[in-house]
Amino acid sequence: MSATKFDVRYVAELARIKLEPGEIAAFEAQLGHVLEHVEKLNQLDVSQVEPTAHSFPIYNIFREDETRPSLDREAVLANAPRQAQGLFIVTKVVE
Amino acid sequence: MALSSLTVYEAQDLLRRKEISPKEIVEDLVRRIEQVDGAVHGYLSFDPERALKDAEQADVSLPLGGIPISIKDVVSVQGHPCGCASKILQGYVAPFDATVIKKLRAAGAIPFGRTNMDEFAMGSSTENSAFGPSRNPWDPDRIPGGSSGGSSAVVAADEALAALGSDTGGSIRQPAALCGCVGLKPTYGRVSRYGLVAFASSLDQIGPLTKDVRDAAMIMNVISGVDPCDSTTLDELVPDYTADLDKGVKSLTLGLPKEYFIKGLDPQVEEAVRAAVGRYEKLGAKIVDISLPHTEYALSTYYIIAPAEASANLARFDGVRYGFRADGITGLLDHYGKTREEGFGQEVKRRIILGTYALSSGYYDAYYLRAQKVRTLIRRDFDDAFAKVDAILCPTSPTPAFKLGERTGDPLQMYLADVFTLAANMAGICGISIPCGFAEVEGMKLPIGLQILGKALNEATILRVANAYEQSTDWHLARPPLGWPS
Repeated sequence: MSATKFDVRYVAELARIKLEPGEIAAFEAQLGHVLEHVEKLNQLDVSQVEPTAHSFPIYNIFREDETRPSLDREAVLANAPRQAQGLFIVTKVVE
Repeated sequence: MALSSLTVYEAQDLLRRKEISPKEIVEDLVRRIEQVDGAVHGYLSFDPERALKDAEQADVSLPLGGIPISIKDVVSVQGHPCGCASKILQGYVAPFDATVIKKLRAAGAIPFGRTNMDEFAMGSSTENSAFGPSRNPWDPDRIPGGSSGGSSAVVAADEALAALGSDTGGSIRQPAALCGCVGLKPTYGRVSRYGLVAFASSLDQIGPLTKDVRDAAMIMNVISGVDPCDSTTLDELVPDYTADLDKGVKSLTLGLPKEYFIKGLDPQVEEAVRAAVGRYEKLGAKIVDISLPHTEYALSTYYIIAPAEASANLARFDGVRYGFRADGITGLLDHYGKTREEGFGQEVKRRIILGTYALSSGYYDAYYLRAQKVRTLIRRDFDDAFAKVDAILCPTSPTPAFKLGERTGDPLQMYLADVFTLAANMAGICGISIPCGFAEVEGMKLPIGLQILGKALNEATILRVANAYEQSTDWHLARPPLGWPS
């Protein structure tokens, strides 16, 4: 956990966000600063501590497996940036 | 007296005695918004016609019958825009009601305008809104807090009777403190998150911002409870939160955590909070010193866990099914990259990248898993404290409202604004901020908030503690001057 400078360009690619070169430099500096602060967590011995994912672990919440009405197709498509013939129009995936 | 300045229970009383109508309240709010919101910018949008239509049909015998409630732009109201103050959701209209909205409607309330916020609730000042910041009604040069800063500003400026906000690390309590209103973050799981656009799913809660404590209790009565649509809601009885409000604090023990009275705490804030503690002693509460030893790690823990969860939650904004899609796309990766580059603001990108990094191969154990383990230690601190005390008293924010632009260049400084509120979200406990005085800064009066933290599901206790103080002071009756030019 010593890396306080990380490869913002690579991580932005993982997150599917394009960045301007200026943004990459700014984020590297700002997030490096934040990660330095986070280094603080290394001061603690947590080897015997269980992680908390949720404050109140509740398990096995089921509902009846019944069909229920869902949103109308029109209502769903109304928010699409592009749609036609009851379908979302997406960017070409296969070459 | 303008109807827009009424509390919820005052309005309810007048409505039930037929001295006023729901329509008159809506009309008065619209007048008030037209008068001051150009300067405050607490609302992103509002629809007077729809509200008037709802008002005409309102049944005032219901628990919140005929009461307009303003909604943070992160909660879905069917047929209303829900944009999270982000460009990436431009044009999006919610096709369904959030569970809290269903509950509000069933209780007769009228979902009113959309309040401004930091984009996707990421921020402490509303300066991250894609539509420009809101301003603090007490001083237009200062921020109203955030992320629910639009909600706190419109309540403080009497442009709303009450509002809903959401709190992931302090986003209800901190703006309430900085604007001089009441803000309650419920226990994690007390209020359904269904229809709340997710930021950090293990921390987010919806809660009320109001003019006084009784109003917060009344709204909690309506919005709380288990929900089949949110499997993290707790299947526990919802008490009448107004029932114990007047029971006083004589039999209660209140804890003062030494870690919250530290360097960096503004002297005027400390003085006001200590004076409030003195008031509680006079009211008969027993005050004891306590320690929450892992407090100093809360900020670091939060800024791993919240961005990590956000990076996963915000993956859904891909420009396919709703919202914004960039022009001039050359292929699939370009589609995602450009849409998210142009659609998200700086802070959202920063947090997605931080979170993606914390979850990425080789770093997961070092950052995310370690942070979750420290989260356990923070939770245990509160378990130990609540074995000794009924509630905890501390400042809500280390400083009064800061100036617009003061912290935008330094994310870490901005994050420090939440240093006293984050731990409650990490532990999943409940907390409320109430007005406890004013700081004098450069000739302006700026509100100060007292934070009262309670054990999980003990909302009734913190409301009772809050009400005892409120009833013995009149800070909550003060209103901002709003004489400034728009």
